[in-house]
Amino acid sequence: MPGAVAEELEIQRGDRGPLGPPADGGEEGGGGEARRVPRRAYFTAISLALAAIVMFFMALTSSFIVRRGMGGDWQPVRLPRILWLNTAVLLASSVTIEAARRKPARGFAGFRVWWGITTALGFAFLAGQLLAWHQLAAAGVYMASNPMSRFFYVLTASNGAHLGGGLLALLYVAFRPWTPGAGARITQDTAAELASIYWHFMDGLWVFLFLLLTLGR
Amino acid sequence: MATHAYAAHHAAAPQGFIRKYIFSLDHKVIGIQYICLALFSVFVGMALSILMRIHLVWPNAKIPFIEGGIMSPEQYLALVTMHGTIMIFMVLTTAPQSGFGNYFLPIQIGAADMAFPVLNMLSFWTTFLSLAVMLAAFFVTGGAPIAGWTSYVPLSAIGQITGPGEGAGQTLWVVGVAIFCGAALMGALNFITTIVDLRTKGMSLMRMPLTVWAWFVTAILGLLAFGVLLAACILLLLDRVGGTSFFIPGGLVVTDQIINHKGGSPLLWQHLFWFFGHPEVYIAILPGMGVASHVLSTFSRKPIFGYRAMAYALCAIGFLGFCVWGHHMFVSGMSPYSAFAFSILTMSIGVPSAIKTFNWLGTLWGGKIQFHSPMLYAIGFVSLFVTGGLSGLFLAQPSLDLYLHETYFVAAHFHLVMGVAAIFGMFAAMHFWFPKMSGKMMNEPLAKTHFWLTFIGVYAIFMPMHYIGLAGQLRRYSSAESSAALQKFIPVHEFMTYAAIFTVSVQFLFLFNLIWSLWRGKKAEMNPWHGTTLEWSIPSPPPHDNFAGGERTIYRGPYEFSVPGVAEDYVPQYQAPEKVGKAH
Repeated sequence: MPGAVAEELEIQRGDRGPLGPPADGGEEGGGGEARRVPRRAYFTAISLALAAIVMFFMALTSSFIVRRGMGGDWQPVRLPRILWLNTAVLLASSVTIEAARRKPARGFAGFRVWWGITTALGFAFLAGQLLAWHQLAAAGVYMASNPMSRFFYVLTASNGAHLGGGLLALLYVAFRPWTPGAGARITQDTAAELASIYWHFMDGLWVFLFLLLTLGR
Repeated sequence: MATHAYAAHHAAAPQGFIRKYIFSLDHKVIGIQYICLALFSVFVGMALSILMRIHLVWPNAKIPFIEGGIMSPEQYLALVTMHGTIMIFMVLTTAPQSGFGNYFLPIQIGAADMAFPVLNMLSFWTTFLSLAVMLAAFFVTGGAPIAGWTSYVPLSAIGQITGPGEGAGQTLWVVGVAIFCGAALMGALNFITTIVDLRTKGMSLMRMPLTVWAWFVTAILGLLAFGVLLAACILLLLDRVGGTSFFIPGGLVVTDQIINHKGGSPLLWQHLFWFFGHPEVYIAILPGMGVASHVLSTFSRKPIFGYRAMAYALCAIGFLGFCVWGHHMFVSGMSPYSAFAFSILTMSIGVPSAIKTFNWLGTLWGGKIQFHSPMLYAIGFVSLFVTGGLSGLFLAQPSLDLYLHETYFVAAHFHLVMGVAAIFGMFAAMHFWFPKMSGKMMNEPLAKTHFWLTFIGVYAIFMPMHYIGLAGQLRRYSSAESSAALQKFIPVHEFMTYAAIFTVSVQFLFLFNLIWSLWRGKKAEMNPWHGTTLEWSIPSPPPHDNFAGGERTIYRGPYEFSVPGVAEDYVPQYQAPEKVGKAH
């Protein structure tokens, strides 16, 4: 249970006494930067962020459904087949990120390898999406071409932007020192867990959008 | 409650001007930054409204800052748009929630700061950027947009051809609002996390001050609503600059030119916009409700009447706020069955609103009322909320709305209920908490004068507006001179313009009081109003880390006034039971 290990780590840190203000007098302000918020606050925050993201995509999804229902000039767009491959790559990254998280927290090597693979798969997915755009453009389908193509580009771009944020989080965790300094607010375990929750969610979001685009075509 | 173990240590204040006052991470400084931003914006917004009122009654008046000196109808619409946009986003959304909320929420729940101080700072500066982008619309070719704060499509989507402000100005508007969405989302996330996870020992949900409840529900509304507006803004921006047609219908001909877009739905914009826009009006008013409850209880020296009902009513209003956006679209050709559903849901908001109103009156009933200035503003809030809210029940009827839609009746309704009432909530907050924020008392006679003049002034502006609305004048006409039917209303317009000029001038009294009291005000003690909540347990102004590393325990609810058998007429939340003095 990585969660339990993380709690333990945090407790150990807590046992060192309240991590006092940095020697320079706690320049960072706001009641003291080294002030710790409980671990669960980060999980509350990530859930809230995901709720906001859901609302964003629901607005786009309902627009898509409304526009599809208006019929008339709707033209189906042949989705590039590479999207299936991209989907597989992204699903695989969810598996590898779990593999990374299940390595005992202190067995750094295994964690790093799987985390690195996940990050690489994430980049591969984004590259694949760009390739899909390229193929569509080569076939003469641009964003302004028809009602379906507008939604295809907007949904994939929005998904890509959010996924890009996830990639930054993966990179942040990958390059974070294994034993964060006294100023750090969360342990490596917490950081990895938060990043992976976001990543799984992005994975699920893409699957949803892909189904929407495929079935609603 | 596991939170307290983390919060406890003393932190020194940052040194250096920039870290202390500009890029500060301290929630109190950020709160004041938001309040200053809102103060600046509210004066800009009021100046725009005065220019509009002057143009309505003296259409040929030479007006400074206007190209050509005499205002054109398009310039009038640009003022309408920017007045609404600035007031709603930069005043009503920022001051009550991000301003006072930032300052007092962590203190009232016993936290040393917001959960994420860096995010908090980022949220303020993003808001600032958004304001700068919106104001920039005044200075580009063609000037500010003319599509109103609701930016209805197709007017807002096609570009320069539909009007002078519809070029770069409208694009800046869309970008500015999209940036604001980002800022609001960051703020909402921070508020909710702070309330959920950083409450001090003993501060259960049902012991939170009603201000905190109001900020909580408001933050949830913001979190769920602004993402939708962001999506809508992105689609609108793409329609404007990307050649797409999400919202632009086919077959449009504007000034003899065929518009090369087809297949979009203008109604889709209205749905997306109002799905945000209706919760937005509750984002503006709920914090005012929280403050009014808090202040009314304190100065009636009575527990708030029906604490739980008040908290649940806030949640009910928040929930229903998401179910009623269609009532803004009764005339859009929607099915009468949908209109019926939206109408019933809209009127059902009257139930929690009435619960709140009667509970405020119940709080006042039999209280030992102290008419300090914050109390006057809080009572003024209740008055304006009721007056403005009742006309909402008229507008909720689709059959009546067919007639009243887009008339001055609507303008009078929402100005009273969400504009002026929310502003009175902010006045109450400012006068109530000024001693805590600055360590000085505000000048009471000046504050009371300001209250009465403003209270009379706003009624003088907005009551007559109902009548010309009922009589049929539409609200976006830049002049009443063009038709014989409208000319009859000119004397009423003149009265409203004088009232508006009077009311705006009176606001300088408030500004003067604010600055004068900061400089020369009487020194405030720790708890000048004999309040019961945590902000009164720390010095005025509070130290950098609020509780100096100490941790407070909460023993009781927030409104324990005039408790029988107790020596003092108030028992603070943080006073240990054994320290509560017995009456002799």
